[in-house]
Amino acid sequence: MRNMKKISKTTKSNLITYGMVIALFLIMQTLVLTGNVSSLLQGLLIPLCAYIILAVSLNLTVGILGELSLGHAGFMCVGAFTSAFFSKCTAEAIPVAGVRYLIALLIGAAMAGLCGILIGIPVLRLKGDYLAIVTLAFGEIIKNVVNILFVGRDANGFHFSTKDSLSLGLEADGEVIINGPQGITGTPKDSTFLIGAILILVTLFIVLNLIHSRSGRAIMAIRDNRIAAESVGINITKYKLMAFSVSAALAGVAGVIYAHNLATLMAQPKNFGYNMSIMILVFVVLGGIGNIRGSVISAIVLTLLPELLRGLSDYRMLIYAVVLIVMMLFNWSPKAIEWREKRSVKLKRRKRKEA
Amino acid sequence: MKFKKAVSIALMAAMTMTLFAGCGADGGQKSADGTGSANGTESAASGDAFRIGGIGPVTGEAAVYGVAVKNGAELAVKEINEAGGIGGKQIEFNFQDDEHDAEKAVNAYNTLKDWGTQAILGTVTSGPCVAVGQVSNEDNIFLLTPSGTAVDCVKYPNAFRVCFSDPMQGLESAKYIGENNLAEKVAVIYDSSDVYSSGIYEAFAKEAENQNFEIVAAEAFTAESNKDFSVQLQKAKDAEADLVFLPFYYSQASLVLKQAAGMSYSPAFFGCDGMDGILAVKGFDAALADNLIFLSPFTPTSEDEAIQKFVTDYKEAYGETPNQFAADAYDGIYAMKAAMEKAGVTPDMSASDICEALKPAMLEVTIDGVTAKSLTWEESGEPSKEPMVVKIANGDYAVVE
Repeated sequence: MRNMKKISKTTKSNLITYGMVIALFLIMQTLVLTGNVSSLLQGLLIPLCAYIILAVSLNLTVGILGELSLGHAGFMCVGAFTSAFFSKCTAEAIPVAGVRYLIALLIGAAMAGLCGILIGIPVLRLKGDYLAIVTLAFGEIIKNVVNILFVGRDANGFHFSTKDSLSLGLEADGEVIINGPQGITGTPKDSTFLIGAILILVTLFIVLNLIHSRSGRAIMAIRDNRIAAESVGINITKYKLMAFSVSAALAGVAGVIYAHNLATLMAQPKNFGYNMSIMILVFVVLGGIGNIRGSVISAIVLTLLPELLRGLSDYRMLIYAVVLIVMMLFNWSPKAIEWREKRSVKLKRRKRKEA
Repeated sequence: MKFKKAVSIALMAAMTMTLFAGCGADGGQKSADGTGSANGTESAASGDAFRIGGIGPVTGEAAVYGVAVKNGAELAVKEINEAGGIGGKQIEFNFQDDEHDAEKAVNAYNTLKDWGTQAILGTVTSGPCVAVGQVSNEDNIFLLTPSGTAVDCVKYPNAFRVCFSDPMQGLESAKYIGENNLAEKVAVIYDSSDVYSSGIYEAFAKEAENQNFEIVAAEAFTAESNKDFSVQLQKAKDAEADLVFLPFYYSQASLVLKQAAGMSYSPAFFGCDGMDGILAVKGFDAALADNLIFLSPFTPTSEDEAIQKFVTDYKEAYGETPNQFAADAYDGIYAMKAAMEKAGVTPDMSASDICEALKPAMLEVTIDGVTAKSLTWEESGEPSKEPMVVKIANGDYAVVE
């Protein structure tokens, strides 16, 4: 008993989060193995893993660092394209899927993290909403850059172009790897639910440990009062950059999972544009800003919702929007919070009376 | 906190309820469509109706194409069911939205799989089609895309298409311009952010080397900048191009024609199947489109009997003139019917068995459809049909023989 009490409140909360993910994974895995899951849900499992990682990683920027990022899909895009490019090039050279995927993951995370650092160095030195503005532009720029990028490979090596695939000047045996707006097709399907679940746990481990470390407290101190943090000698830019680049790298990991789940990868407004960034932000806001477990739950619920509503055919996007608004009001409107607090006080009183 | 949880659970429950309610409504609608089968869902469970799924965008930016395919396919299904179905068995048709997104398309595909689909008409757009092609190949479910034009759409043995592929259109356009000596200097304006447009352009440029004309300007625009074409037109004018090739959709093409007239530049214009429908653009002066030539598999004004019947029925059912997407879908359903009858499949067979039977049968059937006379398929999944050449004269479409 004494040992139990020694576990601090935060550790307990972290363990609950890990436990929840592991339990969900085990339940789903048993259901899949026993054949009790519809193929729709089975197909959703891997994208779900990617969205959970995205939501958790964005929560690090928005909730813990207290900066607004509107270009998270851009980092995901960087991770997705660099890793898919690597996997497609080495599909024959490295036949073992596991090894190839691991390297692809590292490349995707590193490239996205690098972009995060490059953006962060100038922008995170500023006060105010500049990060939101710059990341918004970054997401759009990345999407457009990918759309004009043509990369091919033949016996002579790699060829690059920003015009069209003809100007690559490939030999007869050459193949176009990134084909501008058509993107990358034929990425090996290496993502599995098991890998996705492991990556969620790794993400949670990184984020939760960062939050509860000395660095994490420094980051939150900057969020809460920049001047006070500065006055006690915290290196503002360094800690901001740390949180932001970790967040970007994790988004890259999500991109790797996404890219290796589908045979085609195109940078469209739908999957890597502004809408996607906002969707991730919606996950974070509805799950609770700064609440990591909430992000996991809201990512699951909000990804499943439009798919489960397929039965409503034409009305499903309408219902989805209405549900979003209702949830937003319930979670955040002052009246709703007041009403909720009143109810909870009443409930507590009733319980006390009963006791 | 606890109360919050309770309310969330209640909300979730409410959503699940609406889900089931939706299913019920859907079932009812189906039975209304398929006049023969008394109650849609139940009859199929006992295996006496074919289940054909459709995938395409009915919401979002590409919704126009998805809705057209949905309507065209439903019209064909209705007709077939009224005429007695496939080998005496009714068809049930279920169309799922993919929002023009590869990931959502795979979700839609999985939904159809849960529903027990035995063959799929889809997907409408190229990118999602490649993704669905891969997963349907793994499951071995027959896939016939009405309008996925990218080469990779039919790279798997289970996939076929009704429309022309992008390279095919580019090739045919270049050949036509060359063989008929339409021009010596050609300028191309294309949408570099669009798979369809850039695919046609690339094949066109490749074939142009073998033809007796020269491409003097190739100017791109993107989906974000598709309102003002004065720069591209000016470059074409400066290069003294006497023909401008416009491999993109009619809505932008109408702007190009208007702006070209505005700067008193009057070369010949040449388009692809996306040009079909330009005369219906609101506020567009049809005189500007005079002498515009384009390749098209389908023209609603054709005097052909089958096409006229299709156009009238479609107008009656949906209140608008069908475009080529609707026509492709219409032919797609009839192609499936023909192949299914040829292969002698029955609704109680598994999707994989049906696919195995349809693959060889698809190579043997010949369809007399609205997008082509005597439409046949090759092993590569490509259709073999001749494109029609349409010229606009006096504000109307006319087929050039």
